[in-house]
Amino acid sequence: MAEGARSAAGFGERGSILPLRVEGLGYRARGEWLLRDVSFTLRAGGIAVLLGPNGAGKSLTLRLCHGMLRPSGGLVSWNGPPAEVRGRQAMVFQRPRVLRRSVRANLAFALRARRVPRALRDARTREALAVTGLDALEHRPAHRLSEGERHRLALARAFVVEPEVVFLDEPTASLDPAATAALEGAIRRVAADGTKVILSTHDLGQARRLADEVLFFHRGRLLEKTPAESFFRGPRTPEARAFLKGELLA
Amino acid sequence: MSEFQDAFVQAARLLGRADPELLEIIALSLRVSLTALVLACAVGLPMGAALGVFRFPGRRAAVTLLNALMGLPPVVLGLALYLVLSRSGPLGFLGLLFTPTAMILAQWLLVIPIVAALTRQVVEDLHEEWEEEFRSLGAGRLRSLFELLYEARFQLATATLAGFGRAIAEVGAVLIVGGNIAHVTRVMTTAIAMETNKGELSLALALGIVLVALSFLINAGLVAVQELGRVARG
Repeated sequence: MAEGARSAAGFGERGSILPLRVEGLGYRARGEWLLRDVSFTLRAGGIAVLLGPNGAGKSLTLRLCHGMLRPSGGLVSWNGPPAEVRGRQAMVFQRPRVLRRSVRANLAFALRARRVPRALRDARTREALAVTGLDALEHRPAHRLSEGERHRLALARAFVVEPEVVFLDEPTASLDPAATAALEGAIRRVAADGTKVILSTHDLGQARRLADEVLFFHRGRLLEKTPAESFFRGPRTPEARAFLKGELLA
Repeated sequence: MSEFQDAFVQAARLLGRADPELLEIIALSLRVSLTALVLACAVGLPMGAALGVFRFPGRRAAVTLLNALMGLPPVVLGLALYLVLSRSGPLGFLGLLFTPTAMILAQWLLVIPIVAALTRQVVEDLHEEWEEEFRSLGAGRLRSLFELLYEARFQLATATLAGFGRAIAEVGAVLIVGGNIAHVTRVMTTAIAMETNKGELSLALALGIVLVALSFLINAGLVAVQELGRVARG
């Protein structure tokens, strides 16, 4: 019955909000185009990495796709009615914020905000804690967590609402290698659980370790969208080649 | 200098022998100020949080007015309230003038702007920090408001203390609407003012010492509760 209602409301046969279609997307601020003519399609499954130097438009693209910003041009379309698709996504922002309460209470906050039925909350909380490796810290006050643990808590808070798509904006930008490895492990587990992960990074190593497909951005344009393996084996654009060689792209 | 010594000795003596009149005055002071504080928090916390979270035309003017009202001279408010509550005033039929209720009303009106303005500032800062997260999760404004009030609980305890400070130290307004009637509306501050007028300076100072000690104890108690909460919950 619920499935039927969902299909009638406009979701596809499998009730998925994917694929995500982006066509001619542009964003202008203070008279300047920060993002121009970006088009791509992302299908269910795997980890898509938006790669490029700072200021390339990666984070902006994530925010536009998640509906946090209104495009100045072009279209972001999901497979479903706009009012419902946001509820099937979650986003982890670059600077993780934690509420002054326990790890578990931080997750409870997200569940309440998304109006998840009480009966489902406990199981979801346990799953999110397990996937992010925070089970042992369940009752610890969140502000006493290490920086890496806070990042994992932010991921758990996104994952606990069982999104179909999770956006991660530069998730490890301020982390040391050990914390980065722990967070990347959690990201892999989230993706293995069937959640589509779309993350932005300027860290080549991270893109190599995580990406199933790479979307390479430079100066507000999408220059390449290709499976990760072929991107790293033979990038098509001079900008991507330079970036892979470690040259500075401005 | 000897007046200060006398005052300390007298304060200790008054407290030591549990002077019934002093205890009555202390009890009334606490009853009036704590009641006013609780009622002011019931209005000021949600009002301040709403101003911090909701955006509407005239909001900036409302915030400016609220901030200005923090400095409202109590004597002016007392006078206005006196006119409203006096027999010929619009609320004269309630017969509240020269009762503890009128004093609670005066302190309530004085404390609301303090609690509301400080709450607005704290909640607005937090809201700026959390707005994206709330929007991403699809949390409505009302849900955000409650979450932020809880999140700001430690800062709000400080706002509450500031409100209590204003209430317990207030003299002008409660003197006008309370009348400083013995056994009915006499509180610590009005008693101090009266003893000073009578020239009983060391008794006035002794009462002052008791008032300061009382205020200090309540503040210390609330701070201790705050610290315990911080330790327990992080």
